[in-house]
Amino acid sequence: MPVEIPKDKWNGQVRVVTLGATADQGGTRTSTVTVGGETTMPFMHFEGEIPHRPVIALEIKDRRPDDWSSLLLDLWSDKADDPAVWAKAAEEAGADLIQLSLSLTNADGNPTTPEAAVDAVKKVLAATGLPLLVFGPGQADVDNELLVAVAEATKGERLVLGICEDKNYRTIVATAMANDHLVIARCPMDVNLSKQLNILISDMGLPLDRVLMDPTTGALGYGIEYGFSVMERLRMAALQGDAMTQLPMIVTPGFEAWKTKESKVGVDVPESWGDWEQRAINWETITAVALLESGADILVLRHPESLKRVRAAIEDLMTAPETV
Amino acid sequence: MALSGIQIYKMLPQTNCKDCGYPTCLAFAMKLAAKQVELDLCPHVSEESKAQLAESATPPQRLITLKANGNEVKAGNEVVLFRHEKTYYNMPGLFVRIKDDLLADAIKEKVAAADTYSTNYVGIDLVLDGFAVEAVSGSSASFSAAVAAVRAASKKPVILIAQDAGVMAEGLKVLDGEAPLIFGAGAENWEAMADLATQYKAPLTVTGNTLDELADLVEKVKGKGIEDIVLAPATRSLHGELTTRVLIWRLAIKKNFRSLGYPVISVAGDAGDPAKEMVSAAQAISKYAGFVVIDSFAPDFVYPLIVLRQNIYTDPQKPIQVQPGLYEINNPKPTDPVLVTTNFSITYFSVANEIEGSGLPAWLLVADAEGMSVLTAWAAGKFDAERIAKSVKAFDVASKATNRTIVLPGHVAVLSGELEEELPDWNVRVGPREAVDIPAFMKQAMT
Ligand code: B12
Ligand code: SF4
Repeated sequence: MPVEIPKDKWNGQVRVVTLGATADQGGTRTSTVTVGGETTMPFMHFEGEIPHRPVIALEIKDRRPDDWSSLLLDLWSDKADDPAVWAKAAEEAGADLIQLSLSLTNADGNPTTPEAAVDAVKKVLAATGLPLLVFGPGQADVDNELLVAVAEATKGERLVLGICEDKNYRTIVATAMANDHLVIARCPMDVNLSKQLNILISDMGLPLDRVLMDPTTGALGYGIEYGFSVMERLRMAALQGDAMTQLPMIVTPGFEAWKTKESKVGVDVPESWGDWEQRAINWETITAVALLESGADILVLRHPESLKRVRAAIEDLMTAPETV
Repeated sequence: MALSGIQIYKMLPQTNCKDCGYPTCLAFAMKLAAKQVELDLCPHVSEESKAQLAESATPPQRLITLKANGNEVKAGNEVVLFRHEKTYYNMPGLFVRIKDDLLADAIKEKVAAADTYSTNYVGIDLVLDGFAVEAVSGSSASFSAAVAAVRAASKKPVILIAQDAGVMAEGLKVLDGEAPLIFGAGAENWEAMADLATQYKAPLTVTGNTLDELADLVEKVKGKGIEDIVLAPATRSLHGELTTRVLIWRLAIKKNFRSLGYPVISVAGDAGDPAKEMVSAAQAISKYAGFVVIDSFAPDFVYPLIVLRQNIYTDPQKPIQVQPGLYEINNPKPTDPVLVTTNFSITYFSVANEIEGSGLPAWLLVADAEGMSVLTAWAAGKFDAERIAKSVKAFDVASKATNRTIVLPGHVAVLSGELEEELPDWNVRVGPREAVDIPAFMKQAMT
């Protein structure tokens, strides 16, 4: 009995966004990464185009972090003392991109200066040819100060500057426009808020093919179901033709998962949680896989083993089934 | 496909005779559409309409229940493709696979460990659902011995996996009277397997390489009188499984295509190594499997999967909440501090578990924040100084914790000034941001 395959008809398409610029394009990257362009829900190859595979970034910091799980710190060991060495190691571990997260303070506890931030970014750019995402420490005034300095010192690189939120986007968008970079628009799990922020950013004149959208996701066990559903809704809105949701989605399962007790803590936890290291890797991997299935284009991870597992999943999912 | 009230009304006699107890046929039709009454209340409805209405009342995806000794696992009966459209109802059952080339003692040990596995997540005890016994040895004696060993070590529902109907029959004999899931019928053996399913009144899986093959075989098996069917597509890649299950759900739920209106089983254990298996199982849970068979069952493998399942199958309209109130942890005395948090389950349990683990006594004041996390509630105006002060009064906290020290979550440190104004005779403190750091905070700062 021939079964008629039910295909959903979509008329929208996710924008294509290219991260990084090579020498011919005004930057210094040896390769660029392109995401987006989907005309169907995640991995539904039989009814639409998925021209670019989801990619994986590894997150590093400008200095050895104080608040990361000791599992990660032991793993990266002294590489974490030097962002250039760390970036190189992340590239060797198979990352498509590097995310450099700037710290609020330096190792002595003094505020990170714009000069130090620029220095760290330049070191990383020199150490790896991969496209780079640079995140501020997450405090509006500090983010603005550091990211503006970084953006100006790296004009033309098409870095991704993170992150723009409703209360703090103008300065970052302005410097991204002036210096040929990209931005991330982050909203707390809400389709309408995401649209609004994207409108505000585009109203400032930044072309939308230089904007990525972070819907905020939560970790496995800590709200991932909200992230999962809001991503499905955002992607459906994009495919239905809503221009202000047609941006590739970037998510940070590494940050989310490694914040949870399950990943952070190895002692005094229930026996039913099992081996610490495996549990932590599984926590990050499952958080990432759930988000991949709901529409992520860029996944930022922290552990190379999770990267390996999620990469294998992407390779598999990007193969179109021959018969159904 | 479910009919609307108006569609149903058109099939009723439209005489408004009131014999059904409703003032008009339309009123009755509306109740029928809402599935609040049964059709037999109307004595005048035609046979033809009855048949049509019965067909429309059949769920688009059949509910399959595996039972054993009072344990039940349900799959199917889903009504939406995406959880935000309503909710998913029946969490996929997780079954640990046991192959019959293991010795009975090894089987018992493995089964006993998985059988008693239980983990508490937001106050709910989460467990594995059962076991799948697979005939790989080729010997029916080994298979029946393995089934017996599993049954001796666990009372949970069982899935029997065998290609050979003769071998399957031996396994079924061991579980006589239980109706385990028979896995199953393929192009070659379907008749014999269908006979066994009839004989043991057991549900049957149907395997096919393509949707066409699956639908064909389902119809053949149905022709033999089998109604309880589980689909077991033969594909084993992530992309193949995803596409197949999406299409099966679309065909059932959106097109009411009866031949594929059944839950799907996924054998994640076939993925190869535990890392791939976990990804396959995670995909199966988030995307449309009704039963998932796993080979690995180390706690660090099972715990994340079981939590994922709980998350994806939470009703999006109702966050899991706890009762607001004043909770006593480690037998607090009036001199012990009050920690305040919200009534979102995940939040409450993160905090309560840490206080409990610290061994130090405290009062935990759970404010009614409409089931939201600390920052969400704060951002939504459901967790502010006024509300906290109101809870302090409502639960008469001052008379129990006479020391009057109240600790705010670190994430809402900004509230401390206002709370001091609301509660002038209290000592307002700001705790750490994350619950993990509560024990250290209590040891250092509170003593
Ligand atoms: C899931 C989520 C939602 C879900 C709600 C889930 C729920 N039932 O609460 C949804 C999608 C509905 C949602 C909605 C909104 N959200 Co929201 N959401 C999140 C998210 C992703 C996770 C929250 C969570 O569940 N955390 C887990 C729980 C366990 O954390 P917690 O309650 O804080 O508890 C921890 C600590 O606080 C501590 N703790 C708790 N109690 C106590 C007590 C003491 C004494 C101590 C010491 C410690 C302590 O222990 C816990 C574990 O460490 C966060 C971002 C993030 N990744 O954290 C945003 C976030 C909280 N949301 C935010 C916002 C703005 C909103 C909205 C207002 C957006 C909007 N306008 O629509 C709405 C508000 C809701 C509404 N209007 O109805 C913002 C808040 C921004 C801010 N800093 O003010 C956040 C931080 C996202 C962001 N970065 O912008 N959200
Ligand atoms: S009994 Fe039947 S015919 Fe009479 S009012 Fe009710 S629905 Fe209409």
